[in-house]
Amino acid sequence: MQTAIAHAHDAHGNAAHGDHAHHHDVSFIRKYVFSTDHKVIAKQFMLASLLFLFVGGFFALLIRWQLAYPGEAIPLIGNILPDTWVSDGAVTANFYTQLLSLHGTVMIFYVIIPLAVGMFGNFCIPLMIGTDDMALPKLNMFSFWLVPPAGLILLSGFFFDSGAAAAGWTGYPPLGPSSGAGQTTWLISLFMIGFSSIMGATNYLATIVNKRAKGLQFFQMPLTVWALMITAILIILGTPVLAAAISMQLTDQYLHTSFFMPDNLLVGARDNSVLTGAFIQKGNELLEHKQLLGGGGQPILWQHLFWFYSHPAVYIMILPGMGIVSDVLATFARKPLYGYKAMIFAIMAIAFLGFVVWGHHMFQSGMNPLLGTTFMLSTIVIAVPSAIKIFNWLGTIWRGDIRFTAANLNALAFIATFIIGGLSGVFMASAPVDIYIHDTYFIVAHIHYVLFGGALFAIFAGIYYWFPKMYGKMLNESLGRKHFYWSFVFFNLTFYPMHILGVGGHMRRIYNPYIYEFLQQFQPMNQFITFAAIILGFSQLILIFNIFWSLKYGKAAPRNPWQANTLEWAAPAHPGHGNFDTDIQVYRGPYEFSVPSRTADFYPQWEEPQGQPEEVVAKDSHLRQHA
Amino acid sequence: MSSGLSLAHEPVSKVPHGKLAMWIFLASEIMFFTGFFGAFIVLRNSNLELFSHSAGELNKWLALLNTFILIGSSLTMALSILNLEKGNTGKFKLFLGLTILCGFGFLIVKTIEYSTKFGHHIFPWTNVFFSFYFLMTGFHAVHVIAGMIPMTFMFIKAFTKKGYNHPVKVETLGLYWHFVDLVWIFLFPVLYLIFPSH
Repeated sequence: MQTAIAHAHDAHGNAAHGDHAHHHDVSFIRKYVFSTDHKVIAKQFMLASLLFLFVGGFFALLIRWQLAYPGEAIPLIGNILPDTWVSDGAVTANFYTQLLSLHGTVMIFYVIIPLAVGMFGNFCIPLMIGTDDMALPKLNMFSFWLVPPAGLILLSGFFFDSGAAAAGWTGYPPLGPSSGAGQTTWLISLFMIGFSSIMGATNYLATIVNKRAKGLQFFQMPLTVWALMITAILIILGTPVLAAAISMQLTDQYLHTSFFMPDNLLVGARDNSVLTGAFIQKGNELLEHKQLLGGGGQPILWQHLFWFYSHPAVYIMILPGMGIVSDVLATFARKPLYGYKAMIFAIMAIAFLGFVVWGHHMFQSGMNPLLGTTFMLSTIVIAVPSAIKIFNWLGTIWRGDIRFTAANLNALAFIATFIIGGLSGVFMASAPVDIYIHDTYFIVAHIHYVLFGGALFAIFAGIYYWFPKMYGKMLNESLGRKHFYWSFVFFNLTFYPMHILGVGGHMRRIYNPYIYEFLQQFQPMNQFITFAAIILGFSQLILIFNIFWSLKYGKAAPRNPWQANTLEWAAPAHPGHGNFDTDIQVYRGPYEFSVPSRTADFYPQWEEPQGQPEEVVAKDSHLRQHA
Repeated sequence: MSSGLSLAHEPVSKVPHGKLAMWIFLASEIMFFTGFFGAFIVLRNSNLELFSHSAGELNKWLALLNTFILIGSSLTMALSILNLEKGNTGKFKLFLGLTILCGFGFLIVKTIEYSTKFGHHIFPWTNVFFSFYFLMTGFHAVHVIAGMIPMTFMFIKAFTKKGYNHPVKVETLGLYWHFVDLVWIFLFPVLYLIFPSH
């Protein structure tokens, strides 16, 4: 049935696609490595980030093993890891803090952001607005090619004697600037990936503003494009502030400035083994003679600058997911997205509020309590636009003709886990409650419910949804469902108990919790979590297997396998450089499903109105949206 | 792209892609310097005495000279764009060359300023004020250099047989150059001119 429909509206498609091939006789390197084609760049982001997903996941499992069986040798690999990392096969305390720091850094900066923004931004934006490529394809290529070196620089920290960054993914001073070369690799790598983000975001905005297909109004764009556009604004305005803070921490480390170092602070070993030169030596001499060392800095200043970026970064990670989920749900419920404009304004509200709430990370940092109250109120207000979104998603699937595809299952899981993660967020937004649960596993549970349960499930939904357009092959649905069920069950088994650990007072960055008597009761729970986490980790192999299996043996994808309305489905099944084989003219909004006067239950944006005046349809859809 | 489709149509906003992207990028640049200015305000308030005292040691006359040089270079930049658009390649080359020269002039004055400071044993680690001074003016100087590189390429290309005839690209670079000028307009009073009047 799917192929039949694909056939119906693309009778003229294949011929044009056929002669695409000899227009692009480009070398292998230009085609697959230094490509300027947005779709290839999207695939590169996907490949790199999925690799990093396994790296970050591996770190997480090492952390979990230590929490379940502190001091016991890691099974299988414990004895082959180098002595600087393990003693008697068990993770050392020093290595543990490095793992914690890099798990967070890798997952946030090298997995979620590149997948949600880099991959979907690149793949979806030009296709969904009906154009041939990004506004500045070369800039786009550079934005990807900063990622692999940045990632390698980050991981290279493990091979220094002093180890990788160990000041947490937040790199708080004075610990951050006073640690060794690992921290430097962390700072440089974040600076690079930040620059890559800014280049990408600049391009997304320019593309959306300048390259929309004929007739496509802003308020006819799918939610994915809207979400990515607002995300790009967050990146443009937030990331450079982190870059400024990073440069200040770097000079604190190497030029002995003291932006973040308070008066009279004595720090033992400053490791300058990486940089040499007279300039640095001069600084060291002064340091040794305790001459002119100013102090006068403020560690909390870093926290303000860091969270000024990193709170919006939370929305950089979740907003694209919210867009993807909106598209996936509407398509598979065969209903227009409920409250299209309200959804867009809710995203805008979340993005705006995201910039004025960073202080809620700092209730315990010694901030003026009056300021804390302000941040508390503005944070709790975010629940309003978030609730608008949740209710509109529920409204979208309400009485829909729901198709439980792997993509849709992941999107539905997103809603469920985002509600839990969102509600625990309201707990922490409340300063009095936060004083109790600050720095406990409650926070860990929350962040994983929004970032794994939220962002990552939405990313999975997006991968299942757009894979046919990316590779021209359908992903295996049954493997997809298996991947979903295993992930969803073991995700909850892993992270839900962490709420309980947190309320019980389990600190979040502790090497061996059982040195405290009151935490000893939690060892069985920690062991349970660890086993669930291991299964969760291995469940992801199903996705990888599915991708490779489907690439080779998967069914060829039709043009519009999901019978969706948005413009990417007007492109050939496996679009080449240039994307479309027909001119695109947009006639209507992206969610015209089940239009009463039509026989087909979908009405693509690009399909010319036939037989009936356009106004009737528009008026009709208007009524349905507000019914 | 290839098959005669009109997907790559005129920019919807009528602003060329590169120029639009430059405006967006400049928004990002503003936030970069805002990070420093914000930090400066915070640490100035907790080290008021130190900041006023140290600011007095900076050479405001050299900075004033640099202000004139940069404002002048913005003028020559604008004139070079204007002349390229009109097709006066000779004047375009003249004014672009003058802009590059102003850039060099600015950097030379900056070098003199820095070396005098080093001579007086004032370094980035001397105190928080000087940390800000070196970091902010340093990043500004890096931006000046970053602008001069493509400018030099355009200048050299203008002397080749084909000449240089991309007014939009020059204009886009001009946007960046005016921004760098504008950053200095903020740096000058903030760093050099706020000190006790006694």
